[in-house]
Order: sequence, then structure tokens, then C-alpha cells
Amino acid sequence: MSVRLKVPTQLRQLTGGAPELDVEAASIRELLEKVGGDHPELLERVLDEGGEIRRFVNLYVGDEDVRFLEGIDTPLKDGEVVVILPAVAGGQDPMPS
Amino acid sequence: MAQVRELRCRECDRTYAVAPVHVCEFCFGPLEPVYDYDAIAASVTRAGIEAGPRTIWRYSPLLPIGDGVERVDLGTGCTPLIKADNLARELGIKHLYLKNDMANPTHSFKDRVVTVALTAARAMGFTTVACASTGNLANSVAAHAARVGLRAFVFIPADLEEAKIITTAVYGANVVAVKGNYDHVNRLCSEIAQTMPWGFLNVNLRPFYSEGSKTLAFEVVEQLGWEAPEHIVVPAASGSLLTKVHRGLSELHRVGLLDTEPATSIHLAQAEGCSPIVAAFRSGIDHIRPVKPQTIAKSLAIGNPADGYYAARVVRKTEGTAEAVSDDEIIAGIRLLASTEGLFTETAGGVTIAALKRMAAAGAFQDDGRVVALLTGMGLKTAEALSGRLGPTVEIQPDLEAFRQALDFLDLEGPA
Repeated sequence: MSVRLKVPTQLRQLTGGAPELDVEAASIRELLEKVGGDHPELLERVLDEGGEIRRFVNLYVGDEDVRFLEGIDTPLKDGEVVVILPAVAGGQDPMPS
Repeated sequence: MAQVRELRCRECDRTYAVAPVHVCEFCFGPLEPVYDYDAIAASVTRAGIEAGPRTIWRYSPLLPIGDGVERVDLGTGCTPLIKADNLARELGIKHLYLKNDMANPTHSFKDRVVTVALTAARAMGFTTVACASTGNLANSVAAHAARVGLRAFVFIPADLEEAKIITTAVYGANVVAVKGNYDHVNRLCSEIAQTMPWGFLNVNLRPFYSEGSKTLAFEVVEQLGWEAPEHIVVPAASGSLLTKVHRGLSELHRVGLLDTEPATSIHLAQAEGCSPIVAAFRSGIDHIRPVKPQTIAKSLAIGNPADGYYAARVVRKTEGTAEAVSDDEIIAGIRLLASTEGLFTETAGGVTIAALKRMAAAGAFQDDGRVVALLTGMGLKTAEALSGRLGPTVEIQPDLEAFRQALDFLDLEGPA
């Protein structure tokens, strides 16, 4: 089951600059465990010490915030896109062009 | 930006240089300006403020904009603080004041945050500004951008009140109606902000933008003769306004404009159909559980409030209360305010008045202290919420006899 994880700009330094990662995973938990294997610091930014999603981190599957689904146990289907965004409005901080 | 030294993360205290950044890159916590309060205290005086312009810019030492920066200003602020004795009698409140922010240039408190944010945006060199909005922010961004020739993109939920769409589009802004609720719009803006070099008010300009809300607290205190009220009732969407009102009160003491630390209880009002902050406050937990909004108070319909956690904490810390009110109570609140004080507020104001009523009944103001309720937006923008509920009292043929007969149906009990 291949899913795609979209990494926000603030965390890309932890993925070697990669904006997206393709991962074989059947749930958010498995996705994060696998990503955490290669990028432990990324995992640390997303989950707190108790293994819960951090207060200021939002995770989306498709259009839905996983807090409306089954949280970290939300199952994933083949081809689904998971997005990490800062909860405080989110986004990069572009400088003016 | 002389008086702002740096930006600091509210969660982990990491600091950042003053720039269009808004979240801590370590913990994603929100960033806030750090002021040199000692330097401000050394120069700011009540008399100096009173001699300033009749706008929020009279408080410029406590805003994140340096001296000499050209302001984007439509004349926002110094709105009336009205002693509301009729409504007070109706609700059993001893001393009630209404802060009428409907009197701002685009008729909501959002002008306060926008004049600050667009001034910062222009100083940073942005030529395009953008925002996610439930309507009032959209109006204000479009108007201020028009005034100074900035390009504006406003993103709104497609089901917004028609009046709010028209009153944005009229200024020539690009209005992008998104088929979804505000939380969908907000998320889309997050993703757009990663790809466009724009100043997003509620994204990368957020640390500057939200500071404008402090001026509501500053004005209330100045208008009460440089005294903090015992109670302030604040409607909450993201929760940012409430936290900034609290911060504004603390700052007045910090820079010596108030002799004592304000002991103001800050009370929070939400609509039942979107009350994640009230729920968090009541359950005593810090975590905000997002909800899917279902309320006529569309300007408060943020199901995943960015500052909800901090707002709940402020209410708890200041010994305030929190109430959630139904759509019927909102309508009743709008009508009660209009019929007692002659002020027509939008649905968010209906939430405030309805919550005020509940709080009074529950004994929240038993100290007989001064209660200030914030009326953040005006009724014409959401008049459609009342359609079908209000209309002519009677319809008659154009002759005197018809009118005489109709008098039987009219209210003859009221004032002559």
C-alpha cells in the first residue's frame, strides 16, 4: 500500500529537502514509524513524548483532519496523500519577491 | 521596527529575527513580537497618547511597527464605548458598557488588525496580500489594499453571506470562493502560502496582524478614565482576539500606563454549533477537539481554532466564564440589543449579547463590577440571518380606514 507524505517547508531540512516521501503503510501510525526510521527528528516534531500528535501539528488524509478520523490509527488506502501542516494557519514564510 | 526586538515562540521560547515568519520551526508553536518594554515605559505617557491621532495609531509604541513607517490607515479605532443602561436593566447587570467596533471603516474590529498587518506587509516589501476569511477580514483587507494599491487575494467559504461577498468585491479585490468551510479555506491558504511570495495576513503576517487586537483593550481602559474594567466579554472564533485583549491589559501595566495589574475577568462567547473552545474550557483539558461548524454565526465558524488553547487558558486564569448559545438565542440577542440600545450587530454580536445574558443569569457579574461587551461587527452584513423572521408589522391598502383597522394589530403599548 503506497501512500505519499507531503512535508511542510519548515520540516524539509529533516528530509534532505524532499517535499514528498512515498511510503508503504496501511495506517498513519505505520507511516510515521517508517518515516521515523529514516528521519527520527521528523517523527519527534510530529509526535510528543506520549506518542500523540503534537498540539500545533495538523495531519490530513485527503481532505480530512485525522482528528476527525481515527487519529494516529487512521487507516490508509493505496494512493492516499497525507499532509503535515502547522496548526497555526500553516504554510511557509515566503519573503517578498 | 524599533520597539520589537525579536519574535519568540509562545511554546518553547526559541527566538527569531523580525521577519515574515509565524511558526516556530522546531515545535510549530506560534511566534509573537517581543517588545522592549523598559524602553517603551521610559517614553510612553497617558498625556502623550491622549494627544495622539484619534485612531489606533495613538498606541503606536505598543504596536509592532517602527516610527517613520508609512501607515496603511483608513482611520480605524477610537470607536465609542457606550454606557448601555437599557440593556443592563434588561439583563440585571449593574454597570454595562458596549464597545461599538461597528463604527470602524469597514464596520468590524478587523480593521484594527488589518491596518497593522498591511503596514507591516508594505514595509517588508510585499506587493500582494492575501487572507483566509469568514467575511469581516475580507472586507477590511480589500478596502485597505485598495487604498494603497496593494494587490489583494481573499479566500472565503463559498456559502458566505452575500452581503459580505459584495462588500469585499466592491473594493476590487480578487475574491476566491472555496467550496468548503473556513477550515478548508484556511488549509488551502496554508498550502498556497508555501508556493506564493505573498503576505498572508493569517499565515506569515500573523505575529504582526494579531497585535492590532490589543488596541481594543487599550481603548476600553483609556475610555474608562485609565481604569481596567472588572469584566470583558469577548466573542471567539480563532481565540486570537481574546488572548490579545488579555495581553493588551497586561502591557498597559507593564509600561506604567496602569498602576496596578488589571484584575479583569475575561469571558468567552461562542455559538453552540461551533464551540470547541467552550468545550475545552468546560472539560478542563488543554487540547482543542476540532468540530464541524453548524451555526448562523459564520464569522465565528472556525472549527479548529488556532489560538483556542491559549484562549481557554486565559479564561481560566482570569476567572472568567465561557458560554455557548443556540442560533435562536443569537437572533434573540441581536433583536434585544437593537430594541434596547439602537445598535444593530451581526450574528457574532448576537452571540456576545446572548452569552452576556446567560453569564448575568448565572451570576458571573455578582461583584457589580463594570462589564464591557465587545460588539465586533455590524448587522447589515448578516441581515439575511434575520430574513423570514422580521418584516413589516402590517401591510395595508393606502387609505385611512384600513390604517385605523390595522391599529388593532399594532403595538399600542410602546412609547408614544
